[in-house]
Amino acid sequence: MATVKSLDDLKKIREEALKKQQMKETSGKTEIIVGMGTVGIAAGARETLKAIMDMIEDENLSDIIVRQTGNIGMDSYEPIVQVAMAGEDKITYGKVSPDMARQIIQDHVISGKIVVEFQING
Amino acid sequence: MRELALHILDIAENSIAAGANKIKITVDERLGDDFLVITIEDNGKGMDAETINKITDPFVTSRTTRKVGLGIPFLKAAAESCDGTFAIYSTVGKGTTVQAGFKHSHIDRMPLGDISTTLQALVIGTPEVNWVFEYKAGEESFVFDNQPIKDTLDGISLSEPSVMKFIREMLDEGIQAVQHQNTFVN
Repeated sequence: MATVKSLDDLKKIREEALKKQQMKETSGKTEIIVGMGTVGIAAGARETLKAIMDMIEDENLSDIIVRQTGNIGMDSYEPIVQVAMAGEDKITYGKVSPDMARQIIQDHVISGKIVVEFQING
Repeated sequence: MRELALHILDIAENSIAAGANKIKITVDERLGDDFLVITIEDNGKGMDAETINKITDPFVTSRTTRKVGLGIPFLKAAAESCDGTFAIYSTVGKGTTVQAGFKHSHIDRMPLGDISTTLQALVIGTPEVNWVFEYKAGEESFVFDNQPIKDTLDGISLSEPSVMKFIREMLDEGIQAVQHQNTFVN
């Protein structure tokens, strides 16, 4: 059997995360929300969220809050991803595939450029 | 939906929408009985009998505003097409339990699928809920509870990359350990 993760490992992770937090200025958090209603799930929202979580891990992106929520109310645009950068308006993206999600993280979350072609108006 | 894990995600969303702060998901592969049972138990606001009947019937047209519960008829149909069982137990103010059973070897039974990713989505995406996951197959079992994790983190976010990695590996290892002991699971 593989090595079992223990809470002691997690304590070390916590110490590291705390150090990182203290070194940085408080720049505020970016919130990324994925719609996870029935329609969204059927359209692939879990894989979209998975791509976002993998990207955060791979790029070691701190100060991001990932949330999943129930129906956002725009069925024909599922999977829906919303990005709210600290101090900015929430941007809503529609029909977001895992590849598109990676591009949104790269361009919008990391580089600060809204991916206009994936954006839903209104 | 092509995976039981996606149905589980969908039903768990109902529990979140019902205001639950503790949700337990159990996957029990009873290999000796050739049966697979999925249970999602919450402490949300619960439903009366009339509401249960409404959300269980896919042909009810009066539901125009609320989308919650849309996935219930899908899971029920999936279970019943596999010589299975389906039940909802609910008490208003106490919570709801949804249980679906499948004949394990039934040709139409969809695979369990990526249960680890389903749980990561729920645990990281809805950190305010106390998630408990129990996976049993034959003699093996794995229990995941995010409460000790949250207590240990003491304010550090579950969305921290290193914490996400920890949770992902914890789930992957636990689930794989159960599956490796049993050739016929999943």
